[in-house]
Amino acid sequence: MTPGLRGLARSPRAVAGAVLIVALFLLAFVGPHLTSWSHTDVDYTALRSAPSTRHWFGTSRIGQDVFAQTVRGLQKSLLIGLFVALFSTGLAAAVGTCAGYFGGWTDRLLMFLVDLLLVIPGFLVLVVVAPALRDAGWMAFVGLLAALGWMLTARAVRAMTLSLKERPYVVAARHMGVRPFLIIRRHVVPHMASFLITHATIAVAGAVISETGLSYFGFGVQPPDVSLGTLIADSTDVALTYPWMFFFPTGLLLCFVLAVNLVGEALRDALDPVAVRAEVRA
Amino acid sequence: MTGGAILEVRDLHVSLPGGRRSAPVPVVRGVSLTLRAGEVLGIVGESGAGKTMTALSLLGLTPPGAVVRGSVRLLGTELVGLPVRELAQQRGRRIAMVFQDPLTAFTPVRRVGDQIGEALRIHQRPRPTRESALRRAVGLLESVGVPEPDRAARAYPHELSGGLRQRAMIAMAVANRPDVIVADEPTSALDVTVQAQVLDALAVARKATGAALLLVSHDLGVIAGAADRVAVMYAGRIVESAPVDDLFSRPRMPYTLGLIGSVPRLDDVGTLTPVPGTPPAPGTAPPGCSFAPRCPIADAHCEEAEPPLARVSGTTAVAVPGAGDRHLAACFHTGTTARHTAQELFPPAVPGERSGGPVAGSKPGAGAAKAAIAGAKATAPGLRPGADHVLRITGLTKSYPLPRRSGLRLRRRPAEALHAVERADLHVRRGETVALVGESGAGKSTTLSEVIAFAAPEAGRIEILGHDTAHLRRADVRGLRGRVQLVLQDPMAALDPRMTVGAIIAEPLLAQRTDKARAAARTPELLRQVGLDPSAAGRYPHEFSGGQRQRIAFARALAVEPELLLLDEPVSALDVSVQAGILELLRRLKRELGPACLFVTHDLAVVRQIADRLVVMYGGRTIESGGVTEVFTRPRHPYTKALLSAVPLPDPRAERARERIILPGDPPRAGGGTAGCLFRARCPVYQTAAPEARALCERETPIPAGRSADDPHVAACHFPYPDGKAPLRHRPASKGQL
Amino acid sequence: MVGRLSQRLIHSAILLVVSTLLSYLVSSAALDPRAYFADRQPPPPAASVDRELASLRLDEREPVLDRFAHWSWHALHGDLGRTIDGASVNDEFGRRVGVSVRLLLIGTLVGTGLGVLAGVWAAVRRGRLPDRMLTVFSFLVLSVPTFVLALLLKDGALQLNQAVGHTVIRYTGESTPGRSGGLLSHLQDRAGHLVLPAATVALGSIASYSRYQRGATLDVLGSDHLRTAQAKGLTPGRALLRHGLRTSLIPMTTFFSFGFLTLFTGSVFAEQIFGWPGMGSWFMDAAQKGDVNSVVAVNLFASVTVLLAGLVADVLLVVLDPRVRRG
Repeated sequence: MTPGLRGLARSPRAVAGAVLIVALFLLAFVGPHLTSWSHTDVDYTALRSAPSTRHWFGTSRIGQDVFAQTVRGLQKSLLIGLFVALFSTGLAAAVGTCAGYFGGWTDRLLMFLVDLLLVIPGFLVLVVVAPALRDAGWMAFVGLLAALGWMLTARAVRAMTLSLKERPYVVAARHMGVRPFLIIRRHVVPHMASFLITHATIAVAGAVISETGLSYFGFGVQPPDVSLGTLIADSTDVALTYPWMFFFPTGLLLCFVLAVNLVGEALRDALDPVAVRAEVRA
Repeated sequence: MTGGAILEVRDLHVSLPGGRRSAPVPVVRGVSLTLRAGEVLGIVGESGAGKTMTALSLLGLTPPGAVVRGSVRLLGTELVGLPVRELAQQRGRRIAMVFQDPLTAFTPVRRVGDQIGEALRIHQRPRPTRESALRRAVGLLESVGVPEPDRAARAYPHELSGGLRQRAMIAMAVANRPDVIVADEPTSALDVTVQAQVLDALAVARKATGAALLLVSHDLGVIAGAADRVAVMYAGRIVESAPVDDLFSRPRMPYTLGLIGSVPRLDDVGTLTPVPGTPPAPGTAPPGCSFAPRCPIADAHCEEAEPPLARVSGTTAVAVPGAGDRHLAACFHTGTTARHTAQELFPPAVPGERSGGPVAGSKPGAGAAKAAIAGAKATAPGLRPGADHVLRITGLTKSYPLPRRSGLRLRRRPAEALHAVERADLHVRRGETVALVGESGAGKSTTLSEVIAFAAPEAGRIEILGHDTAHLRRADVRGLRGRVQLVLQDPMAALDPRMTVGAIIAEPLLAQRTDKARAAARTPELLRQVGLDPSAAGRYPHEFSGGQRQRIAFARALAVEPELLLLDEPVSALDVSVQAGILELLRRLKRELGPACLFVTHDLAVVRQIADRLVVMYGGRTIESGGVTEVFTRPRHPYTKALLSAVPLPDPRAERARERIILPGDPPRAGGGTAGCLFRARCPVYQTAAPEARALCERETPIPAGRSADDPHVAACHFPYPDGKAPLRHRPASKGQL
Repeated sequence: MVGRLSQRLIHSAILLVVSTLLSYLVSSAALDPRAYFADRQPPPPAASVDRELASLRLDEREPVLDRFAHWSWHALHGDLGRTIDGASVNDEFGRRVGVSVRLLLIGTLVGTGLGVLAGVWAAVRRGRLPDRMLTVFSFLVLSVPTFVLALLLKDGALQLNQAVGHTVIRYTGESTPGRSGGLLSHLQDRAGHLVLPAATVALGSIASYSRYQRGATLDVLGSDHLRTAQAKGLTPGRALLRHGLRTSLIPMTTFFSFGFLTLFTGSVFAEQIFGWPGMGSWFMDAAQKGDVNSVVAVNLFASVTVLLAGLVADVLLVVLDPRVRRG
């Protein structure tokens, strides 16, 4: 693991991605304090004005400060991505290890649940359910995204558990009389930590993209709150006429997802057992 | 028979890329070889010696990124640096290769016959049609002794057994009658009786085509039996090269001497000579002789300069003039080596891997008591019928339901099951070491996992330390798990790589609810006991070599002072020079602590060195058991006799002289609850028996019986060998059973 | 082989039934058809809203299982009920299904085909320019939300049309309404309309498949059997073609069945943005109106296509890999 992480620090892509992520987080959480405008303030003297010293990113059609809105939206999108990734990866790890380790009916039931949730594209379920949760706040929305995004990871975790279960040191621990949940915690989960971290990273990007997609159709974060998705959705039809309204939120979204994907891919390269094996052999 | 040089390798260097921004790793460092027409040159060495990379580079098949320097001339054509297209024309036509693992070496999605036929279609002009190539592939399969070659040609690789696949691989290699065959560990993945068939097939194919063979193997027995000349590799170089008899009888390089001395032999219980330390990892070889750090006679000169491979002075070899017959060694002290035996240079008494220091017993009182029991062991086998059993298995049966084949069209017998173990009997007395022996699919592992399951078996009875597993309560199981411990085959995988050695050793203690402080206090003592430094406790498994890891595994197993130690192929994954050290450790631990051992293995030579009694399994049944010396010198079951004869001896003269029984076919995956003797399809006695005798073998399952009622040496055969020579005909050993 | 597939069919059928039940329950619980009627101008009397809801079997006061029993009884007889505006769901389904199937089919074929080709190409040229360019391309595509991609394509087409001077690529609808002309010009028109939605659906697939196929090909390039093929005298290129390609496609079948889920979502966006009257745009419309029956019908369509994709993946696996044909 350590040589893998050292490799990660040497990969220019990973470093660039990590720096970008840190910068975006700074922007999202420090940004709101840099400007006197809040995301709800309306400047009636400046409607649809281009970026200037007064409004760094310009203003929207009703005179809201695009910078204030964008950093606020970024903040929301980052939080949504982070929490969704955390919850869905945790759920996937729990379901996958239990199904794989205990097998039998536990496995059959859990895998049926996984198959079932994979039958209807999650997006369709989101579109139906999200409006009903409108009043429950954005954490409910996070829960919904997480609940619909863990299945593929769980399958992978299960497959890994099945092979880890047959590792001699797990067999040995079982034979020594170590309890099942302790074996899972001590000998199974740590060995897929790298996989889970990688998946969580990629899940962040996935969640942010889902959120923007839903918001585009008006099902995501509700006004007066904003997310990158709602900002992009509101400005698409004026993307050519008032480019600043569209360009800034979209640009930040792209930066973030790209950065996360870069780090995720580099993590996979660095931590993937196949890659590690190749390194040891050479 | 041997003629001029066909393949000449001069100063071959291979380096592999060393990962991002690190220097290339040299894995082959200046190898020179000459292979002459019709001869067999063996290359022997332990893992990491560069054997395989040498073999691959002869065909230009080194992995991408590898740098190859030097010269490989095949019948005058220089292969190093040859353009890919021209190299491809040489491969398969003039130089062909047989790979180690025939399952992954064949393309899984294409039929075997097509793959052999393709070799013909690539090189033969005019190009044969697909059909005629396939017909010739069938002929080739037949020539290497594949039964039903038509069916084998139509099969996919996964549908053939390992032995058949490897013979198909040989058929493919000789398809274009090459001048050179390179075989890289061709039998390492196979069972010993199948290994005998495949070596036979290789010899037949070689004779038929007149090809020269470069045989790469880690197994000195295989090399002794097959090679005309031998080159020994160590750390990427050839350190000794000689005609086979010279090399085995008069090794001149200390490494060769130690290596030969460390191989357990079937025909002798001698002291094994573990070579201390481990070979240098590729790229970390010291400036001087790479063996110097492990060498007992190395001096300052050895550590400064790398000795060249030079002709041994004063050799008494009956040398015919010519480069190939000379005895060469890369050592400054060939004279000293010649004057000593392996035991003198590598005294086995050194505990551990040069960690030194006296070895502390566990608890003085208990240790002494156990030692006393262990001392009594020598007289144990067979003489104490009512002795105290730590494990007694009677009539054990375990079956797995066969996966249902396509439900719709085919109607099959409803309850088809695979009997992995069928009415197996086995017992282990206190302090005794019993070896459970058999080939893959014999049911050894299933028997072992039934024992460690601590649950009621499907049929039969398992008694562990006096407890019938059918009537165990949860608390009993927990208690028993502390008294029975397990050591597994692969020391790389048996230790959790993310835990420190200290935590690993403490795990069984903590599982037995020992408190943390006491567990930690016991760790240094345990490490010393297995010959490791107590400072090892703070390090991680990957910092240790294979042999050291297996020592850690032993320390973990011994932590709770078990009464029964279950050993599942504990030395099979280790190189022989390391294996000898572990066997020595096991002997010592038994002497000091005296646990009973059930030693599961496929390696009969190891059994000879370590066990008191052995039990032979075949097709899920126990077919012979008795004292080791008794069974090895006078096997009664025809299978045991064939199995013993299939093990190659690391001694070319003995190997040439010994009688060999090559069994046809493959070991069964398991009995199918079938009536009669499972072995009869391969049995030489059955093949030559009279019809009425055959009927008995077909009708009745033989039950184990001795020559007399209280004879501990029993065999499950209707016509056992009475004294190891000829079988009794027409006199059933057991009548009226069943 | 037959056994494996028949088992799979049974499993799929069970999943279809349970997922339909769930989709009915969830849609009924989450959607609010009453609001759709009550919000009309002028506000209708409560009694007439009740009457309309009852006639559509959408009244939330009736137990949901009763409603489902009624719906499924008719569904089993081939009647998927009425839309919230009183039209037949079957008719609407029939009108729209072809549009979606065409889009999904073309997206799948183009996406998997080009993705696999690009992946093999990148693996063979590992570390060189084509590989790097493909990596950058897939990273960019995978980082852009589908609707932004669609909008960018639309803008690009607009610019292109302006530059050329006449409309080359159209971005509304599946064909130009009321267009006359022969078959050829009709096909041309269709193709012009198809480019953007198909690209929207396929680009994501190309990006992700090429990544997977690249990895799978790299694994095969290092495999023992490819080395054997070279030892027989095949050049590396021919060895990959004859012995490596098929084995590298085996793991792709798994990705195919899961990749289809993403593809389906992409098609919903494409239909909505490019104004294709398919199942996706119907779904978005129905979800906003609280039209339970239409939503369930589209979900049914989605389940069937997803399960079919899984079935296709399984058949492909069996065709590609003789090792799974037994047992």
